[in-house]
Amino acid sequence: MDKKMKKETSNNLILKFETFVDKYKLLLAAVCTVLLLVFPYMGVNQYILRIVIMIGIYSMLALGLNILTGYTGQVSLGHAGFYAVGAYTASLVALKLGANFFVATLAGAALSSLCGLLLGLPTLRLKGTYLSIVTLGFGEIVKMITMNWDKVTNGTLGLKNIPKPVIFGVKLTLSNNGLYYLMLVLVALTALICMLIIKSKIGRAFMSIKEDELAATMMGIKTTQYKILAFVISAFITGIAGAFYASMIGFIDPNSFTFDISTLIISIVIMGGMGTIRGMFLGSAILIVFPEVSRFMMDYRFVVYGIVLVLMMRFRPQGLLGWKSQLPYKFPKLARQELEKQDKSILNTL
Amino acid sequence: MAYLQVNSITKQFGGLVAVDNVSFEVEKGEIVSIIGPNGAGKTTVFNMLTGVYTIDSGEIIFDGTPIHNTNPYNIVNRGISRTFQNIRLFPNMRVIENVLVGTHIRTKYGFFDALFRTGRYKKEESEKVVHAAKVLKDIGLGNRINDYAQNLPYGEQRKVEIARAIATDAKIILLDEPAAGMNPQESDELLCFIRQLRDKGYTIILIEHDMSVVMNISDRIYVIDHGKKIAQGLPGEIANNECVIEAYLGGVKKDA
Repeated sequence: MDKKMKKETSNNLILKFETFVDKYKLLLAAVCTVLLLVFPYMGVNQYILRIVIMIGIYSMLALGLNILTGYTGQVSLGHAGFYAVGAYTASLVALKLGANFFVATLAGAALSSLCGLLLGLPTLRLKGTYLSIVTLGFGEIVKMITMNWDKVTNGTLGLKNIPKPVIFGVKLTLSNNGLYYLMLVLVALTALICMLIIKSKIGRAFMSIKEDELAATMMGIKTTQYKILAFVISAFITGIAGAFYASMIGFIDPNSFTFDISTLIISIVIMGGMGTIRGMFLGSAILIVFPEVSRFMMDYRFVVYGIVLVLMMRFRPQGLLGWKSQLPYKFPKLARQELEKQDKSILNTL
Repeated sequence: MAYLQVNSITKQFGGLVAVDNVSFEVEKGEIVSIIGPNGAGKTTVFNMLTGVYTIDSGEIIFDGTPIHNTNPYNIVNRGISRTFQNIRLFPNMRVIENVLVGTHIRTKYGFFDALFRTGRYKKEESEKVVHAAKVLKDIGLGNRINDYAQNLPYGEQRKVEIARAIATDAKIILLDEPAAGMNPQESDELLCFIRQLRDKGYTIILIEHDMSVVMNISDRIYVIDHGKKIAQGLPGEIANNECVIEAYLGGVKKDA
C-alpha cells in the first residue's frame, strides 16, 4: 500500500515535469542549443572541452547500444569491437587512401555494420546470456586482430597521425573548437535518427521483441530480421563514434578498445535508463566526468564506481531517467485530424 | 472442403504423443470450441495451427492452401491470429502500441520511409493508428488507449490481446481460454463480444474450460482427451456424451 502510494506520487511528479517540458519545449530546446553553441566561449580550457567531447562520443556509443539493448533487449558485451572496427577502418582509409574524414567515417560505419550483420546472424539460435557471450567473444576477437595483424593495423604500436577532419579547407581541431561543433552535429543527428526509428513500426517491433518475443512472432513480426536490423543500426552508430574518436585523438592502439570500454558503454545505458534517449546523455555525462573528478581517490575510484552501480541496481533499476512517459499518447497529426472527422468520442475520452 | 481443414495432425515430443491423429474442420463464420481436460493437447493444437510447432504428420489447409510447417509470419499473413492462455501482452508498451504491433504485418512502409518521414509513412502510420483506436473502441477500451498494458486489470488485458489479434486483419481468431480468470459478469460481456465478432464475419476457434461459456456460444464442439479426439458435435450432444463425461469426471467400470 505504502509502496503503491509512493509510486503514485512519483508518477505525478513525472507527469508534472513532463507537462512542463512539453509546454515549453521550444523555449527549452532553444536555450539548450544556445548554451551548447556558446559553451566553448564561456572560458573553458581545452581539458574541459576534451571531456565534453568525450561525453558526446560516449553519448553516441550509448545511443547505439541503446537501440540494441535498451529497445530490442539483446545485451551486447562487445561494443568495443564495433567501436574498434569503426575507428581502425576509418583511420586506415584516411591514412592509406588519403580519403577525407567523411568518406573515411562512412567506410568505418559501413564495415562496422557489416560486422553487426554477421554477429546478428547467430541471433537465429541464441538468446539472452548465450548471445551476450558471443558478443563478448566478438569484442575480444577484434582486439586480437588489431593486436596481431601487424601489416595493416601496426599491431600493439597502433596507428599514429590520424588526420583531423577538414571542412572546406578548414582543419577542425580542439583549439579552434571545430571538433566540438562536429561532435554536436554528430550527436544531434544520431539522437534524431534513433528517435525517428523508434517512433515507427520498426521501433515498435524492436520493443515488442524485448517485451515478449513469442508474442511478437505470433503477431507476424519477423523477429530474426528485426534483431539483425537492430545489430546493424547499433553497429553503424558505434562505428561513426569510433571514426570520430580516432580522428579527434589522432592515435589509436588495441588498448583503446578493451572490454572495459564495452562495460562502460553498457553501464551508461543502464545508468541513464534503458530504452530512453534522454538517459544516454546523463549517463555518459556522469560516467565520463566521475573518473575525472575523483582523481584524488585514485586507487579507490573503481571501488566507488562499483558501489554506485550496485546501489543503482538496488534502488533504481530502471535507470536515473528511465521512467515511462506519463503524458497521453501522441497521435500522429493526420490520425488526429482523421479521428476528429470520423469519431470524436475516442479523442474525448482521453 | 471446409474453410479450415485439419487432417489427422500428429505431434510427438520424444515418446509422448501430445496430439494424435486429430482432425477437425471449421466453416467460415462459425464459432468452434475445442475442449478437454487439462493436458489433453488443446494448446498444442493451437501451437500447431499458428506455426509455433511443426507437425509430424497430417495437414492443415486454410482456404485451399496448406499452411502447416511454414513460419508464423506466413500464417498470420494468410489471416490466422491468436491469443494466449497466459496473457502475453507487451507490458511496458501502451495499449494502443500493443494493438499497433498487431497492425505491423499490414504496415508496408520501409526503413527509409520511417527515417525520412515520407508521405507514405505519414499516411500509413496515421491509418493504422486510427484503425487501432477504432478496434479498441469497439472492444470497449476506448478510454484505455493511453495506459500501459501492465496497469490494466486482468479482464481488460485479455481484451487487449483480442484487439491485438483482430488488428492483424485476421479472418480466423484463435482464443486460448479467453474467459479464464474472469468473473461471471465479465465472461458474459465476453460472450457478447465474441458473438459480435462472429456476426462481423470473423471465424472463431475457442479453447475454454468454462462450460457455461462453451455451451452458450459454440456452434460445434470438439473434445480432445490424451491427444485424441473423443467426440464432436453440437453443444447439446456433447453435454450428454458418455465419453466426454467419463473424460471429465472419470468412468465407472461397468462389469465390476
